[in-house]
Amino acid sequence: MSINKDLVAASSTALVLAILAEGDSYGYAILKRVRELSGGELEWTDGMLYPVLHRLERSRLVESRWMKAKSGRQRKYYRITDAGRTQLADERRQWETVDKALGKIWERS
Amino acid sequence: MEQKRTDNPAADSLERQIEAWRAHLRKSPTITRQDAAELEDHLREQIASLGADGLSNDEAFLVAVKRMGAIDALTREFAREHSDRLWKQLVLSGDEGAGSAESPAAGLSRKLLVALGLAVAAAMAIKVPALFGIGFDQHRAFYVLNASFFALPFIAAYFAWDRPLPRSGRLLVAAVFAAAVVLVNAFPFPAPDGDHVPHTLVLTALHLPIALWLAVGIAYVGGRWRGSERRMDFIRFTGELFIYYVLIGLGGGVLMAMSVAIFEAIGVKMEPYLENWILPCGAVGAAMVASWLVEAKKSVIENMAPVLTRIFTPLFTLLLIAFITTMVGTGRRIDAEREVLIAFDLLLVVVFGLLLYSISARDAQQPPGLFDGIQLTLIGAALVVDVVALWAIGTRISSFGSTPNRVAALGENIVLLANLAGSAIIYAGFLRGRQAFSRLCGWQMFYLYVFAAWAAVVAFVFPLIFGFA
Repeated sequence: MSINKDLVAASSTALVLAILAEGDSYGYAILKRVRELSGGELEWTDGMLYPVLHRLERSRLVESRWMKAKSGRQRKYYRITDAGRTQLADERRQWETVDKALGKIWERS
Repeated sequence: MEQKRTDNPAADSLERQIEAWRAHLRKSPTITRQDAAELEDHLREQIASLGADGLSNDEAFLVAVKRMGAIDALTREFAREHSDRLWKQLVLSGDEGAGSAESPAAGLSRKLLVALGLAVAAAMAIKVPALFGIGFDQHRAFYVLNASFFALPFIAAYFAWDRPLPRSGRLLVAAVFAAAVVLVNAFPFPAPDGDHVPHTLVLTALHLPIALWLAVGIAYVGGRWRGSERRMDFIRFTGELFIYYVLIGLGGGVLMAMSVAIFEAIGVKMEPYLENWILPCGAVGAAMVASWLVEAKKSVIENMAPVLTRIFTPLFTLLLIAFITTMVGTGRRIDAEREVLIAFDLLLVVVFGLLLYSISARDAQQPPGLFDGIQLTLIGAALVVDVVALWAIGTRISSFGSTPNRVAALGENIVLLANLAGSAIIYAGFLRGRQAFSRLCGWQMFYLYVFAAWAAVVAFVFPLIFGFA
């Protein structure tokens, strides 16, 4: 099963914000977490994560800073902001509503 | 798993592959150095993880790049998010810097400070004579004559500092300016009565900056005047400076009109302040600021002069062909009025400018194309029109008498005509594959001396010949 591209795009904000709500992280680790959470079903092209992160950063939902990673390279870490948490709560309500509605209909059939 | 440090060939080739991938990525203007660094970090982590699973470096690289996505798709996605980056911006503060130690911003802001300092110095310099009783209102002739000296030496000084110009060059440029300043002020021009200013004085004032511009050029190329490539850089600089100066001037005009309008509302007359302070100080200060701006932006923003020549070369070609056709079709003659020579001088200046700035932007290696044909047609048409005009005037020039203005206008016409005729011959040779395009550049760069020499003759010799009339 592969998930529709639009759905992947639509869920990206909620997923990235939810992962960052667990703790600060960086691109590669975020992607790894997405794979883990979806059991490998939710496949993103790796590079596409970064424009999403930059969009969130521009809307001040996350903030970033460069730090030295263990490998010695500079790495860009992202952290969710308060506005990001508010947005995440909002996204969560929306997804739960959709989920509930679909659940109700499919329970009967 | 060993990281980078290994010096086995496999690790080296991996480094090279990553290097090539990053270089390819950086070609897109929408991906900044920081973005590339972030993506590279991702790629390396992916490769390390795949390597830990038992893949070789090459395999790991291929898989990691594939997972990252096609670079085209990636840059398109970045472009959607950062469309502003497609518009090249002149970044004056320069906050590019994560991970990279070198910062061009420091150098840039130091240059900005020096340029601003010189602009302020120029603005103050133009008010210094007033301290000695030489005011704008009573001594207009003085300011007309000396206008060049309040702007050009400061621009020359900036480049002498920036390049830097060797000591011998500095002395030469300083000597040229000093000699010019002494000479023109020692000329016994008669005191202007009322609004009448001696013609030779106006001619000197008009030609002085052209002659002295060569001295600015020496400072601009850092004394390495030989080799037409550096002189061509100076020509490019001159064209952009002209355009930026006009733009700044337009902005300044709006600023002054606004200040008059809003101060009028509270009953304060701004005109005297504008005429005595803002206008002169702004005009000389802006020349310095524009010079700095052109240098700062040269690799960031497209050059405007070649763009304008692309637009106007075909249009002027059409204009001249229409003019010739009309002249032949209707049998009308050029009316040899006194001012007609000036009009044809200006026409030649425009055609020369179009030629010069299309040369400045043309890749000399390219084979002749359609635009070259249009260019040659334009030069040819201009030559025909000008020769016809000269013929019409020449038959009557003796009856007009040889005033300094007329001799200067005629001389200008001949100087430009010779330039365009030479250009046409070389251009035709180039189109037929007999000449290299660089010959044309060489011809124009040689001609800079002719222009400067002619301007110097008008500025310094004409007053003597015509008795300062």
